Amino acid sequence: MIRKLAREIREYKGAAIATPLFMVGEVILELMLPYIMSIIVDRGVQAGDMSVITHYALIMIACAFASMFCGIMSGNMAAYASTGFVHNLRKDMFENIQKFSFANIDKFSTSGLMTRLGTDATNVQNAFMMVIRMGVRAPLTIIIAMFMTFTISPELAPIFLVALLFLAVCLSFITVKSYKRFSAVFRQYDDLNESVQENVTNIRVVKAYVKEEHEIGKFTGAVVKLQKLFEKAESLIVLNGPIMSIAANGSMLALSWFGARLIVGGTLGTGQLMSMFTYTMNILMGLMMLSMLFVMMTMSIASARRIVEVLDEKPSITNPESPVFEIADGSIDLNHVSFGYYKGEDKRVLSDIDLHIRSGETIGVIGATGSGKSTLTMLLPRLYDADEGEVMIGGHNVKDYDLTALRDSVAMVLQKNVLFSGTIKENLRWGREDATDEELIEVCRLASADDFIRSFENGYDTYIEQGGTNVSGGQKQRLCIARALLKRPKVLILDDSTSACDTATDARIRASFRTTLPDVTKIIISQRIASIEDADRVLVLDDGRISGFDKPENLLKENQIYQEIYETQKKGEQE
Amino acid sequence: MSNQRRPVNRGRRPGHAYTGEKMDFKVLARLLSFVMKRYKFHILIVLVCIVVVAFVQVRGSLFQRTLIDDCITPLIGSVNPDYSNLFAKLSQMAMIYAIGIISNFTYQKIMIRVTQGTISEIRQELFRHMETLPIKYFDTHPHGDIMSVYTNDTDTMRQVISQTIPQFFSSLLTIVMVFVSMVSISVPLTVLAIAMIALLQIALRRIMKQSGKYFIRQQDALGAENAYIEEMTEGAKVVKVFNYENKAIAEFNRRNDNLRSCGYNANKYANIMGPVSANFGNISYVLAAILGSLLILSGWTKLSLGSLASFLALNRSFNMPISQIAQQMNSVIMAMAGARRVFALLDEEPETDEGRVTLVNASENEDGTLSETQEETNVWAWKHVHSDGTIDYVRLRGDVRFHDVDFSYVEGKQVLFDIDLYAEPGQKLAFVGATGAGKTTMTNLINRFYDVQHGHITYDGIDVKLIRKADLRHSLGIVLQDTHLFTGTIEENIKYARPTASHEEVVQAARLANAHSFIKHLENGYNTKLSGDGSSLSQGQRQLLAIARAALANPPVLILDEATSSIDSRTEKLVQSGMDKLMSGRTTFVIAHRLSTIQNSNAIMVMDHGRIIERGNHSSLLEKKGTYYRLYTGDLEID
Repeated sequence: MIRKLAREIREYKGAAIATPLFMVGEVILELMLPYIMSIIVDRGVQAGDMSVITHYALIMIACAFASMFCGIMSGNMAAYASTGFVHNLRKDMFENIQKFSFANIDKFSTSGLMTRLGTDATNVQNAFMMVIRMGVRAPLTIIIAMFMTFTISPELAPIFLVALLFLAVCLSFITVKSYKRFSAVFRQYDDLNESVQENVTNIRVVKAYVKEEHEIGKFTGAVVKLQKLFEKAESLIVLNGPIMSIAANGSMLALSWFGARLIVGGTLGTGQLMSMFTYTMNILMGLMMLSMLFVMMTMSIASARRIVEVLDEKPSITNPESPVFEIADGSIDLNHVSFGYYKGEDKRVLSDIDLHIRSGETIGVIGATGSGKSTLTMLLPRLYDADEGEVMIGGHNVKDYDLTALRDSVAMVLQKNVLFSGTIKENLRWGREDATDEELIEVCRLASADDFIRSFENGYDTYIEQGGTNVSGGQKQRLCIARALLKRPKVLILDDSTSACDTATDARIRASFRTTLPDVTKIIISQRIASIEDADRVLVLDDGRISGFDKPENLLKENQIYQEIYETQKKGEQE
Repeated sequence: MSNQRRPVNRGRRPGHAYTGEKMDFKVLARLLSFVMKRYKFHILIVLVCIVVVAFVQVRGSLFQRTLIDDCITPLIGSVNPDYSNLFAKLSQMAMIYAIGIISNFTYQKIMIRVTQGTISEIRQELFRHMETLPIKYFDTHPHGDIMSVYTNDTDTMRQVISQTIPQFFSSLLTIVMVFVSMVSISVPLTVLAIAMIALLQIALRRIMKQSGKYFIRQQDALGAENAYIEEMTEGAKVVKVFNYENKAIAEFNRRNDNLRSCGYNANKYANIMGPVSANFGNISYVLAAILGSLLILSGWTKLSLGSLASFLALNRSFNMPISQIAQQMNSVIMAMAGARRVFALLDEEPETDEGRVTLVNASENEDGTLSETQEETNVWAWKHVHSDGTIDYVRLRGDVRFHDVDFSYVEGKQVLFDIDLYAEPGQKLAFVGATGAGKTTMTNLINRFYDVQHGHITYDGIDVKLIRKADLRHSLGIVLQDTHLFTGTIEENIKYARPTASHEEVVQAARLANAHSFIKHLENGYNTKLSGDGSSLSQGQRQLLAIARAALANPPVLILDEATSSIDSRTEKLVQSGMDKLMSGRTTFVIAHRLSTIQNSNAIMVMDHGRIIERGNHSSLLEKKGTYYRLYTGDLEID
């Protein structure tokens, strides 16, 4: 996983390597200071030699400035590398998501993808920056400081080893243990969020049933539970401080006791003892950083894993090796097609569908929710691939076509349709980028959208809000149909696309299709019998199987499901 | 798939940024007093502990002087050194350290309690208050923003209470103590140290300003990128169908590049702050060492080597708290922005309720009058206590009337004009008309989600404003357009209105709503757990549950807002017949989206732009050949 992520650094590799290198410079120079200081004290001050003082003082200042320079460079490089890294991560994720098939998208869900591109990416970015900065700084500080102490006084240095061991044991114990407790806290957090969200969205129900007190009780329970869990987790973390202090103060006292004897014995200079005190602090700081780093890493591992999942996901539908670019006509043949959304499960959404449609026919599709109407049509532009059997358009298996060419020829107006923020023109041009204004108006006329667009103050330049919230449901549907028509498709699929339009508009749209698009195969899925009763043939689906496929008038005589639907709807109108 | 997306944290809203906000002392004071009121005693102990800790820290630095000057230097050269003085001093110091460690531990431990307790109480208070707010609040505030008050905003406050404020206090204390100690050692050295600090602060301020500027830009860029991701992933299927992938990638890359460059600048300045202040500290340390050495050698002042060692240690502990305070300022400012939003929610005006008329169980006397009882009689009465002390009982029947009602959500934009209507007990009234005609608004007024500005609404002859809201709402059932269910079992959801109902009653209600057969077929039946707004059920099934829920509540007046989304005809039939059964014998207001369901209404109101433009029953409206006729023949859209 780490290697996988590391590959994403790419062009920022230079900076990612320069960061720790500069960091090495900064740390070494910084840690030289106490050593030089000990020389000033012992050979300069105590010996009363002014020239030593000025000489080494200049070296010290030079070191400090050089260290500052390295530090600034390192910080700068780290910012460059980490923002570049996350930039690449997001870019690759987004590009891979664009290659996803519907099956891939279903697997992650929209909010799952959002989290990965958002919070998860930020977490990994921060962890990455920590690693290339602190991950180098902390161990290096400990090693160099240890080395210096051994150089200065091999007799005193073991004190640090003892302190180090003590701390390493205690800190890792706390970190591991608290990680578990914090996971419990985060889980409880999710529950809490859910509770709040539920109340905010359901507030009308809560108020209508006068259940405020009940909800308050539920929420209070969740909050108090969170509080307890949090206190439990944090009560471990607060041990960090005292443990650090024990190590620090203990080393100081031990150093003083043994150091004093060495000084009096003449084997250690006072300045050297002073530098030892400073190194103590350095080593402890290094350890603290390490434990912090460890916590950060464990927290971002889950995020990293989620990101790698997206990067690793293989698009389940890809372009063939030598694709066919030309779709001859809109004839459709399904040869014993079966399909299920969840591989490995027996639950089939479509079973053994055998179906042949001539180019230019108008086909109605009807059946209960879950009978497989939408699924069936989604196999045509290869939004999903059939598990068994063949799906053919224009005489070729859909898998042989170039994906872009196929989807341009098979226009589909989806059930859950979406407009994007932008003007009406921009939205329509999703269908064909280089369409002229005249062409836009033409398709809008066909879709009965031209009139209402013109009634807007800004006409075709009216701005559509995100999610298309500022047009009505029926208007949205007609815009979506116009957008699809602009592709000049060979096959046009309308998946319950006129449900919010009134029956007259619905009929008008269908009539205009008949006259202006005679060669286009039209597949109309609808709940409304009126929308399909003038189709050439109607396909009745029942639980993933073909129940009937015939002229509407024949179905009315022979097909029980069709009759049932027909009666419930017609009765309402005649009463 | 769930159609109720969990809100995603879209980066912080603009103005929510790192700096750029000014410190809000009023909010800080309010937060502190919130904490103080509850944890006065705890805070007192914490303060004492912090003083002790700071004192111990300074003593630790000064100890180097004692060690070198008093314990080591006198012994240098002696043949038979006596370490008893050193031992005594070290033991004393060990004691002091021990006290420091204990104090430190104690105060941190107490602070956990204080912090978690405060945060928990803030959340509880937020929620308790939120439940009292009028619907208007929820209609006018984005739900994501309300959510983030509970999460992001309270979390930043947690950080501040648990760490920043105590650290701030201890830093301040340390600075004072260290300063005093430094002055006592050497005035010239202190002047040098202060000068260096001043320089550093100027430098840091400059860097911080840059960093803050870019952090704001980074947040904006992140927001823009997230918005794009959201739109493209939500519309992913459309993107595929239209081969729009490459264009989406191009636009995404543009935003992503922008985010990178803003993020780079923001992080660059933030990253160099550390090395700059650390090395400034080093330079200050070096300069102090040189000046100190010169002072010792020149003999101008009585500076000893031990004193210099202590001073150098002090100088370090002087730099640290000052940089800390600067950094803490940032997080305090951020947290105060969060606290301000928390308090803003707490300060929202709750729903007012001046109603005094209550709903009571009643029994009928022989003379036809009613009197109140404690038993469950299934006869309900409005108990109206007049100002002169006399009490009226009015039988609950379900007679609802609008008298010249005008209404507007926002002043100056009137939504309803002169609405007059009456619904006698058991009648069914339907509203039809385009989106925005005011249909839903009518129902918002009956249960007083909103209050009318002009005219009045009566319920059994009593102005609804006189009725206690809880009782008014108990007497009204409501089935909304979008079905909202709660986490819990199906049974709990049906029992939502009446938790005391028996299982038999639940089944009865489910049968009435035609929900029983599908519930029965679920693996765990009535104990099936629902989560995420019942996302495991189909739209139609959720509606059936909502009908069952209303049926169990058994109110005399019902408001039905028909679902717009298309469900298949079989389920639709079930829903419709469930609704019909629910409506029988109740006064019902139906907001219709399909004309087929309302033809048997006693009265149909055709609404347009806040006015009732036609009214009558189905056949009389058809004869009129007006708007209703055009809707019916499909000449006009209902939407």
